[in-house]
Parts: sequence; C-alpha cells; structure tokens
Amino acid sequence: MDAKQFLGQLIDVPGVSGYEDKVSKLIMKAFEPYCNEVYRDAFYNVYGKKLGSKSGHGPKVMLAAHLDEIGLMVKDIDDKGFISFTNIGGVDQRILLSQEVYVHGKEKLFGVIGAKPPHLQERKEAQKAVPMKELAIDVGLPAAKVKELVSIGDLITFKSPLVELEGTNVCGKSIDDRAGVVVMYETMKELEKLVFSGEVYFVATAQEEVGTRGAIISTNKINPDIGIAIDVTHGDTPDAPKSDTHAMDKGPAIGVGPNMHPKLTKKLMDVAKENRIDYQVEVAPGLTGTDARSMQVSREGVPTVLIELPLRYMHTTVETLNMENVKKAAKLIALFIASMEEGWEECLTY
Amino acid sequence: MSDLLRRLTEARGVSGNEDEVRQLIIEEVTPLADEVRVDRMGSVIAYKKGTRSNKKVMLCAHMDEVGFIITRIDDNGMLKFATVGSIDPRILPSKRVRIGDKAIPGVLGIKAIHLQEPAERERAVKVSQMYIDIGAKNKEEAEKLVKPGDYAVFDSECVYFGDNKVKSKALDDRVGCLTLIEALKSSYPFDLYACFTVQEEVGLRGAKVAGYSIQPDMALVVEGTTCSDVPGVDPHKHSTRMGEGPAISIADLASYSNKKLVSFLIQCAKNANIPFQIKESISGGNDAGEIQRAAGGIMTAVVSVPCRYIHSPSSVADLDDINNTIKLVQEFLKGCEAI
Amino acid sequence: MRELIKKLTSIYGPAGNEELISQAIREEIEPYVDEIEVDVMGNLIAHKKGNGKGKRIMLAAHMDQIGFMITHIDDKGFLRFSNLGGISVPYSINRRVMFKSGLAGVIGYETEIDSWKDITLSKMYIDIGASSKEEAEKLVKIGDVAVYHPLFSESNGKYISGAMDDRAGCALLVQTIKNIESTPHDLYFVFTVQEELGLRGARTAAYALEPDIGIAVDVTATGDTPKCRPMAVALGKGPAIKIKDASVLAHPLVKDLMISTAEKHNIPYQLEILEYGGTDSGAIHLSRGGVPSGVLSIPCRYVHSDSETIDASDMENGVKLLTKILEENIDFNDIGLS
Repeated sequence: MDAKQFLGQLIDVPGVSGYEDKVSKLIMKAFEPYCNEVYRDAFYNVYGKKLGSKSGHGPKVMLAAHLDEIGLMVKDIDDKGFISFTNIGGVDQRILLSQEVYVHGKEKLFGVIGAKPPHLQERKEAQKAVPMKELAIDVGLPAAKVKELVSIGDLITFKSPLVELEGTNVCGKSIDDRAGVVVMYETMKELEKLVFSGEVYFVATAQEEVGTRGAIISTNKINPDIGIAIDVTHGDTPDAPKSDTHAMDKGPAIGVGPNMHPKLTKKLMDVAKENRIDYQVEVAPGLTGTDARSMQVSREGVPTVLIELPLRYMHTTVETLNMENVKKAAKLIALFIASMEEGWEECLTY
Repeated sequence: MSDLLRRLTEARGVSGNEDEVRQLIIEEVTPLADEVRVDRMGSVIAYKKGTRSNKKVMLCAHMDEVGFIITRIDDNGMLKFATVGSIDPRILPSKRVRIGDKAIPGVLGIKAIHLQEPAERERAVKVSQMYIDIGAKNKEEAEKLVKPGDYAVFDSECVYFGDNKVKSKALDDRVGCLTLIEALKSSYPFDLYACFTVQEEVGLRGAKVAGYSIQPDMALVVEGTTCSDVPGVDPHKHSTRMGEGPAISIADLASYSNKKLVSFLIQCAKNANIPFQIKESISGGNDAGEIQRAAGGIMTAVVSVPCRYIHSPSSVADLDDINNTIKLVQEFLKGCEAI
Repeated sequence: MRELIKKLTSIYGPAGNEELISQAIREEIEPYVDEIEVDVMGNLIAHKKGNGKGKRIMLAAHMDQIGFMITHIDDKGFLRFSNLGGISVPYSINRRVMFKSGLAGVIGYETEIDSWKDITLSKMYIDIGASSKEEAEKLVKIGDVAVYHPLFSESNGKYISGAMDDRAGCALLVQTIKNIESTPHDLYFVFTVQEELGLRGARTAAYALEPDIGIAVDVTATGDTPKCRPMAVALGKGPAIKIKDASVLAHPLVKDLMISTAEKHNIPYQLEILEYGGTDSGAIHLSRGGVPSGVLSIPCRYVHSDSETIDASDMENGVKLLTKILEENIDFNDIGLS
C-alpha cells in the first residue's frame, strides 16, 4: 500500500479523541507487516515495535504521531429531532455552517449542519459568526426515530474524503495527524532498507487533540531513550503572517525551542544536510501544541525532537498537504535512527 | 559571595538554553559534592552523601531565566523574536541583548519619538512590532551571525549599589542557585540533593522530572520572588517587602506548602533570630508545584528572596535578604531530619 | 443520608486545610473498611479488600472546598484575601464566611459598585469586627483560610448548602462503603485533597495506588433553570454518568459499565456532557501507564456558591448505582487486546 492510499483509508475511518477504536485497528493491521510486534493499550494507543538487525547496544526510540481527530459530539436532541452538539478538540465554529456530517449512533446517519436562511436573519446577525450552541444537525428523520437511534455522547465526524489537488498536494479532513501516522508507516518501510541497532516503537497516540493525553500514557509505558514527535504545522496561505507559516514545498519543519533537546535536534539537522533532505525550522518559544511537550517530561525526562509537516487550513475539512513532505520526513527519520551508532548516548547530553 | 552572585547572574541561561550557567554551576559544585550529574532535561543535580541516615532532602533552585528566541531574519537584517517565559513587553524598547552561543550584541529598537503619532505614544508596544538590530546590512549578513532558533538574553551587568542593594538580570533565581551552592559547603546526616533546574520559566518542566527521579522525603525550593513595595501600589498588593528577610510561602497557584515544613521554617527563623516574612500573595508558581505532585506526593516548602522589577534586565535585591535566606536554609537543614 | 450530608457540609475544610473534614469522614467509615491511612498530601485512603479475583478500583471524592486565603491585614483590622480555587466574584459580595476557629466574617467591597464587570477580588475585604491590626492579628494570621459560612436547608426534596461540591460526593462514597455487603474487588476509597486547586491529591494517590479502574464522584452543573447555559442534565432525574468534561473523556468501557449496571437494576440515570471544568478522574486516568476512568456525577445547581442545591433522590440512586457497580464482577476483557 502506498502512502497516499493509506492516508485515504485513514481519514475515512472515524477516530474522534477518546473513541479511536476503529482507526487504531486499521493502523494495527497496516503496521503488522513491518513490525516485530503490534499491540494497543486500553486508551487505543497503537504500538508497533521494530527491532534493529544490527547487534550492539542501540537506543530505544519512540516515535509518536497522533491517530485521533477533532470532531463533534451529540449534546442533546430536541423535540423536532434536531441534534445539538459540542466540540471535541479545537473546532472553528465558522466552518460548521452547511457542513456534511456523519452521526455515529446505533446506525451511521448522514446529516447536515443547518442554519436559519439568510433572508430570515437580521442584518446585524449576518455579520457575526453563528455560535456553535445555535447550530443543529438535521438528519432528516422524525424525532422519535432520531431519539431511538442517537443518544447523548454519540460522535459526529465530518464527511470529507481525500481529494487529489494539483502536483503532489492532497486535501481532506483529519490529515492532522493521520499524515504523521503515514510518516511512521513510511519510516518502517525505509528502515527495512537500513541497518540499525536498538529498538524502535512506532506509537500512534490517542487523545492528542484534547491535551496530548495518549502521549503522556504511552511515553510513560515505553520509557524511551529518544522521543520523536511527528505532527503538522501551518502551511503558508495568503491570509497568514509569513513568520507563523512554512512553505509547502521546502520539506518538513524541525522544531527548535525548550521542548526539544538541542544536541539531538542538531544531529537531526546534520543528518538532513548530509543526505540533502530539505527542512525548515519551526521556532517554538514555549510549549509546542504537540506530543513533544509531554514526551519530554515523562518520568525522568526524554530527549525529544519534533518534526512537522506544513499543512494548510488546519482543523478544517479541507486540510491540504504536500505528500512529498511525508516521504522526506520518513526518509529523514529512518536515516536519523540508523545514524545512532556506538556512543549515541553522547548526543543526549548537554 | 558578591563575586559568585555576579558571575551567576551575568551567566546566560534562557529556558531551554542554559549551557553557560549550567557550566558555571557544575564548576562551582563539583568540589563540594560527592557526585554531580546532568539529567536528561539538563538540570544539574549535586548529590552529597549523608553521614548517617538514608533520608533524602532536596533543595531546588532554577537556573534558567526569561529571555528571547529568534524566530525569523527579515530581508533588512533585522531579527524578529518571541519571548521565552513571561516578560512584560512594555519593558522591552531600548534595551540591549546578547544573541546565541557567541553572544552577539543587539539592541531592541523602536521608532524614534519624533516619528510617532501622538496616539501611538500612549499605546504599549507589542512584541510583534519590535525587532532586534545587530547592525547587519541585510539578511545575508545577519545569517552569518544568527539563525532562527538562537536564544537571546538581556545584556545587563551586575551592579552593587545604594544601601546594600544589588541590581542584575536573572536574580530570579540565581539568588536561589547561590543559596544552594552555599548549602553544599556543609555536611549533613541525610543525603542532600541540590537541584539546579532548567525550564522553570516555561512551566516548571525541569523540576517535574527531577522531582520524579529523586523522589525525596522533603523538598525546599529557594526562589527569587516578586516584591512590589513600590510607590503607587496598595500595601495589600506588595506580596513581599524588601529588607524584611526571606519570604516563606503558605501557598501559591502551583503548590500548597506542607504545614509542618512551614512551621519548622518559622521556628528556625525565630530561634536563630533571622528576620522573615510570610509572602502576602498567592499568585504565581514555582518548581514546588511539580515537585509536590511528583510520584506519590512530596512534602515541599518555599523560601524566597524578595526581588523588585523581576523578569527585567534590572531586578533589584537586598544583600541582607540574600544572606538571611542562606542562613535560614542552613538552619532548616540542621534540623529538618526530625520532621 | 440527610443527616450525613448535613454533617459533612457543615465541617470546615478548604483546599490544603482538610484536617477536620478528613477526621470526620474517618470516624464515619473506619468500622466498615479493612485499612485506612492518610498520605503525604493529606488524602484519606480507605481500603476494602476483595476476594483477590476482582479489579483494583480507586474511588475518589474530594474533601476540599473553595475558600478565601488571607494575604494581608490592614491597619484598621480588615483582611485582604485571594481566592483558593474557583471563587465566583459576584457570588461573594456581602456573603458571610467562617474561619477554622469558627470566627465569622463578612465580605465587603471597597466602593459602590458601578459595573459588575469591574469587580475584582483585590478590591474586596473581609470584616471580622476587629478595630485594629493588633486586634485582628489575635484572631487571624496571614495564610489562614475562610470558607462560605455553612448553612444547611431543605426544600421540597432538595438539599441546599455550601460545600455540596464535593461533600455530596463524599457522602455518596461514605454511604456506599456502609452499604456494600461483599465485593470481589480491591476497593480504595480516596477522599482527596486540593481538587479545587488542580486535581492535586488525586494525582499522587493514583500514582501510589496503581488502580485498574478509576471512578470519581463529584457534582456537575445542570441545565434546568431559567435561561441557563443549555445542558441535558436536570435535578431529580438520577445520577449523571459523565461522557466528558474539560479534564477527561470518560473511558468508553467504564461509561458503558455504569450505563449497563443502571439499566440492569432499573436505576434512573442521565448522561452528562460538561463543556468546561474538570474533576479527579482527569488526573487519575493519566497516571503512570493510564487508568481507564469514569465519573459518577451528582447534578447540582449554583455550583461554587454558598447555596449549592442537589436532589435527595439523585443521592439515593447514586449510592444504589455505585454499590451495584462495586459489588458485581467487572469483565473488561476486550481492553488492551492486541
């Protein structure tokens, strides 16, 4: 299966934070051919363990990319069968109007997020975003039927399958951070071609969007020597300041800042330079919004690096990614792991 | 002491980039401790074996300071930056900084007053409007000296002035580091772990892993804390007062001090005739927050040196307060085993 | 139950100062449990042993309540304070407070109030009737904490008092401890400290106990009063089984266990989505390698005021539901599968 196919499959499977059962199973199946062992824990974190073929004392490396996605959740059902909802993770309420969704009740129901037609709105109203609490999902069924099939707490996902755009760009929902999971998948393949010592844990983490909770749990379990977080960052768009975004065609971004280990980050950059893989620099002055921030402070501390894929329109249903960056990131990570030779402990020091 | 304090406060050590101050501390504590290690986050842990008991006591002071990180180099050679840790942007215009490992000098520029609209002068400057000028002609020239991700620190000399006062950057918390180094000069019946932590200013991160790895029986955090006994501030908002001795915390936003430790500290101060004050504010937080909640829970308390104008290039402390803090910590260590 | 709730809500115990309430709860439950201890943080941990075939379950209800910490005493004997936990500014003005000693005070405000938006705690003070600093210092010292003055009322099947958050949860656990006849599980009932300051006690207790499952019992908001923030929880419709709040997404298996137990025994229940706030399960579920956790909530109006209102039947049904959950076998075979 190639990277694009896998990404397409991944974004079609629901996996809203806290309810990642289905997507975790799909990932387990995909990881199996390339790992020595694949399992998951009670929080739907998926672990793929791959052992190096080279003897000697290599590091225990943990990769983390989150498998959960933002979404909505049923809050109440009114007397006419309209479904009100809340958000799980950071959903921009302005994208919700006239969005197509699936309500995952006893059956999977198609629905639309409706609103008062414009000609019934007062002029002032039309200038404001419609708040989430005033929006409702219409599943086109009588109230009694809705109440039979749907209950409070049921999940709602967006309908937005993968679309290929010009060049190597693709677009869809939940590419944040299913693309990171694809990077791990491609890294496994790259590692098949390389010789390395030690063990690598590919962890697809749960509940990142609600506070990197899966990473807190899984890093504690693995207790790695080295952490590598893979997530997305903002791609350049006309309406965003240049200083906050990254070019779509200049490779993955490497995080720099207090959350990331300085020597290890430098080594990652050196590996990129030696192998002529382009990268950009993402400066993170405080906490990054990624698993890296929790991995670093797990137990006695884990030297961690961060690799991010530029992504346009993050947290919408039209997230846009350049697939080239997935390949570059995977290659870089695999070479980075293989570069850990005797004396690798040195790059974890200060 | 005054020479060590000067070296400690002048050393560079923005959160996440504590190399220079870490090196200095390692050099200072190596002759005093049985073992010195740097943990996986970069904190320095100086271990001094006890003469008899196997109790573990942790002293903690953070070595990092607030500062800046370069985010981008503009075409005209000016550096855009973000703050690391909390800094009031209003203090920034017209200050000097040092950037990167080579300590490249730079200034925080601002448009001259003549060029500002009257309304502009009333508004606080935002970080996004500011830039660092290193005198580079253009981007290419700047890139030879600086790269995005480089850290920058206030450029500020340590000055002893006035009536027994010291002015410097990073008094928060190099005064704590100084206290720990002084404490390492004595021997104790219990095992002492003097922890010089990293990344306190960006979320108590070094203390989180240090507390977990040591899991001491008790921990005393030594801080530099806010002191607002300045004109225009109501007495109930002073928090601490300069010259009235070390401040003992009852609680702050991050931790609730262990009551036994607090009453023992007060007793120590009274017995040894050391002036002290109870911190009159519960805002802010420090390493005690993470240490207290490490593993199955740890008894913690906090003593602080009052520092005016904290998180600026010119913070001010009273030398008697510093000396009395050192004394109080030493008194605490003499008897804390019995708690 | 009524007497128990009345007793527990009347006892002083702000966050960080849980000694008295801890002692009172200990006296209630000591005869019914196998072991009882207080840890470094002050959590009261009661162990009821199982038959070795069940799970290790941590139950948590927090003993602490929100309060007012004295930070300064002025020359005229008025006390300045900071909030200890989520004190509501408008709920506080002109309310009566009580110190550990029983001393009463009134919360005053510096000036006439022009706009509610401008009100801040730093402009408030507590009046304890002292006429000088010296007089005040004989009664109160810096760092002392006051709580809303307790007053228990009853109205049409509702109980009203301050500190229902979370003494109602403590009462629910105490009653459950007394009711359980036998259990396969190792039950650790933890009356936690400093929840109101950030789930602190639960975090260290969960680390020390390493449970298989965590269940917190706490109050939650309702959406059944005029023009309130919409929420599908009402007083009197049964205990609420939490789906999510800002601190935790209840583990589906724990949530489903609660639902299926309620349905099996015909115990009324509601499903709760709280769009803000958090409770001890937020800390428990992230302990070590993760602890599947849920929350049993007691619907409560006017949370964090001195008139928190709960329904008697919700408490009765909550005890019934929790007792059944803990007495029966729990089959969680499908978690952690490979």
